[in-house]
Amino acid sequence: MSRFTVEVLVTPRPGLLDPQGKAVHSALASLGYEDVKDVRVGKAIYLEVAAASAAEATERVEEACRKLLANPVTEDYRVTAEGSR
Amino acid sequence: MNVAVVTFPGSNCDQDCHRSVELAGGEPRYVWHRQRSLGGAEAVIVPGGFAHGDYLRPGAIARFSPIMDAVVAFAREGGLVAGICNGFQVLCEAGLLPGALLRNRSLRFQSHDCRMRVERTGTAFTREYREGQVVRMPLSHADGNYYAGSGTLAELEGEGRVVFRYSDARGGVTPEANPNGSLNHIAGIVNRRGNVLGMMPHPDRAVEEALGSADGLPLFESLVRAGAGSREAACADAGATAGASAAAQAAR
Repeated sequence: MSRFTVEVLVTPRPGLLDPQGKAVHSALASLGYEDVKDVRVGKAIYLEVAAASAAEATERVEEACRKLLANPVTEDYRVTAEGSR
Repeated sequence: MNVAVVTFPGSNCDQDCHRSVELAGGEPRYVWHRQRSLGGAEAVIVPGGFAHGDYLRPGAIARFSPIMDAVVAFAREGGLVAGICNGFQVLCEAGLLPGALLRNRSLRFQSHDCRMRVERTGTAFTREYREGQVVRMPLSHADGNYYAGSGTLAELEGEGRVVFRYSDARGGVTPEANPNGSLNHIAGIVNRRGNVLGMMPHPDRAVEEALGSADGLPLFESLVRAGAGSREAACADAGATAGASAAAQAAR
């Protein structure tokens, strides 16, 4: 068993109104960042997972995403397992 | 009418719901979230608050509290379940109601009275209202912005499952009357069978004039009477027809 740091990025689904992203977008625009055309705000979750391989750690965490970490109605997620230690 | 009021760590409207059921003539009972049984309850209320601190997403952790297996099983058998505010969020997360409650469009915690138009009076939760009646009660939430995919939304509307809609004092569904950005001004919905209700505003905080409004009381009276009706029907053979028609009505 190795330990993997697994990063989960949870983001609002495309097309869904993201009020936080909109607020940040307009704040950036007022700071002069007119070149920023869109902002989406999500969240990052980091898990330390004991698993035989990165693929196994990823699979476990994807299951956890479906059950708990993301809401399938409103959010997408991306799971990345990083190097064993 | 024995009504279970579920208390999670962080619930803060369980006492309001308890008192509301009492005022409506029912017998409320608290059920702690770590219990696994509803103890013979005839209806369940999932109250407002911040269950488990709203961590991750409102309702996301609460739906895995031990009592929720019993609540889901009870609902699947046709038992009456009402989720108010945070309770609505919990029921959506638990898959008993479709859609989700997103952050308010304003990004602010909204805490003020709102008005809603009663869209459906044929449910176990709204029999004591008049169709089109405009009611006033408080809302108090940061995440009350109802969202569902376009297919789900069309189903809700097509099947008449939008029970309450934010409106102005005359029942007009205007942009200004929508406090949180909810799609189609949705304030409350029922499931397809009609036995599970979710709503963001607080009928439990509007059950006597001293609170500024008593417009929430009929909801609890409807619930208590619906439960009593189904119990009587179950007790008598002659009641079988009434039970069937009540069930048919609930399933609409």
